[in-house]
Amino acid sequence: MPEPRHTWTRGRIVLLAVVLAYLGLILVLPLGALVSRAGAGGFKALADVFANPEARRGLVMTIGLAAAALVVNGLFGIAGALVLVRQRFPLRGVVDALVDLPFAISPVMVGLAFLLLFGRGGTFHPLLDAMDWRVVFAFPGVLIATLFVTLPFTLREVAYVLAELGEDEERAAATLGASRWQTFWRVTLPNIRFGLGYGATLTVARALGEFGAVLVLGGAISGRTQTATTFIYTAVEERQESAAYGMALVLALASALLLVLLELFKARVHRQESR
Amino acid sequence: MTRVRGKVPERGALALRSGVILYALAFVALPLVILVQHGLSDGLAALFDAVRAPVARSALFLTIWTAALTAIVNAVMGTCAAWVLVRYRFPGRGALSSLIDLPFAIPTLVTGIMLVVLFGPQNVLGRSLAGAGFPIAFAPAGIVLALLFVTLPIVVRAVEPVMLELDPAEEEASRTLGASEWTTFRKVVLPALFPAILAGGLQTFARALGEFGSIVVVAGNIPMKTLTAPVHVFGEIESGHSTAAAGISIVLLALVLTLDFTARRLKRKLGGAHA
Repeated sequence: MPEPRHTWTRGRIVLLAVVLAYLGLILVLPLGALVSRAGAGGFKALADVFANPEARRGLVMTIGLAAAALVVNGLFGIAGALVLVRQRFPLRGVVDALVDLPFAISPVMVGLAFLLLFGRGGTFHPLLDAMDWRVVFAFPGVLIATLFVTLPFTLREVAYVLAELGEDEERAAATLGASRWQTFWRVTLPNIRFGLGYGATLTVARALGEFGAVLVLGGAISGRTQTATTFIYTAVEERQESAAYGMALVLALASALLLVLLELFKARVHRQESR
Repeated sequence: MTRVRGKVPERGALALRSGVILYALAFVALPLVILVQHGLSDGLAALFDAVRAPVARSALFLTIWTAALTAIVNAVMGTCAAWVLVRYRFPGRGALSSLIDLPFAIPTLVTGIMLVVLFGPQNVLGRSLAGAGFPIAFAPAGIVLALLFVTLPIVVRAVEPVMLELDPAEEEASRTLGASEWTTFRKVVLPALFPAILAGGLQTFARALGEFGSIVVVAGNIPMKTLTAPVHVFGEIESGHSTAAAGISIVLLALVLTLDFTARRLKRKLGGAHA
């Protein structure tokens, strides 16, 4: 694209001012309010969060869930993208639409759907009972909730890059005698690495922030199913504002870091595209 | 697209495909089928009764109008923001572009906390606005602000790629023929952007219908006043009314999936499958 050259007419200045004012009001003002309120005590506010054993357990749980989502949906994302982009088969369109559903469905309904599968009176409850296995209000419940809501992120980003790349390099490798596995490791994986990084970062961000589904399926039991977000919710309910705001600040800082990562990966994906 | 080798897919490719299909069916399709089945288990009449109950009806109404308003504001402001980012050159443009992605990275519950800190009764701003007859926290205005925050990137990111592909020659021709900048935008640019704006608006609408985390803390959840449908579903789950919860979920789900499907079709026609 040619670099647009423009003069600053009055109309343009007004439009820029309107956009800046809107973003300031919608994004920056609320963010600033949280940072100034929760960060008023400086590092003490953050230290308080880490000193609270319940908050610490919630954070550890959230980090574990994010790591699980990163690995499981990372692997599924690569496999799913390869299948959906590189293979043609009946019902491909259905599977393609299915994997996007977690983007659209309200987390509360995700929780409800799995509750109806695994909860008391649910479809699989007799089976789970016989095996003395608990899903709802137990760790498997929050794990399932997190895996579900983060399912499409890696897949979509990898699929996008795979579609843009085409198959030429992979075919060349195959012609030169590389096995499928060698082609994947030496050609495909290096080519998709920035898209994979972008999708993985989105996955982690979404996993850190998941709340509705985790609340419905886990019930926010401290030390067992409570995550960082459900810790905030419980603290708000119990009117422990400083604990809630402190943890909210920790999560906001984590997402700021993730945002920086996202922008780095995005720039690399775009550079790769336009080479 | 042709397969790399021959007509018969090899065993590895087939295994990968089966795994992906199985995962999508078991993990995404099955829970949703159970949810729909449960919502219909007492018959259609019971579903209508659940949706027509005064609290449910008012919750659905509130959710739909706040989501629609959000979609309209986001369509207009998102297009303006994309225009400014694509067409203008000013210091801080890159940072502004990154800032717009912030809602993708920040937990929605934290968004709700931010708005409570800013507009809650403990804040001077919140108190004075409420005193002047414009309450924001625990009022529909807070719901709309929360929705505008969490959906902010959707329209910008839907419109941006189309804007980048616009042919500047058409706009120049229009200007050479004496049209003002505003006329050029309305007659030349807007028609080209319209499908993307519509797709972004519909996706915003769909996303807003299901929002839970940011609303549950900022809305106050007063039945008939500030209780939205997803929060009502959560309440019904907590009180053990899973059939009513599933019934309301079915209605929301049908709406969300229709909107999302339409938006996807529009986007696919535009060529950019990048969500």
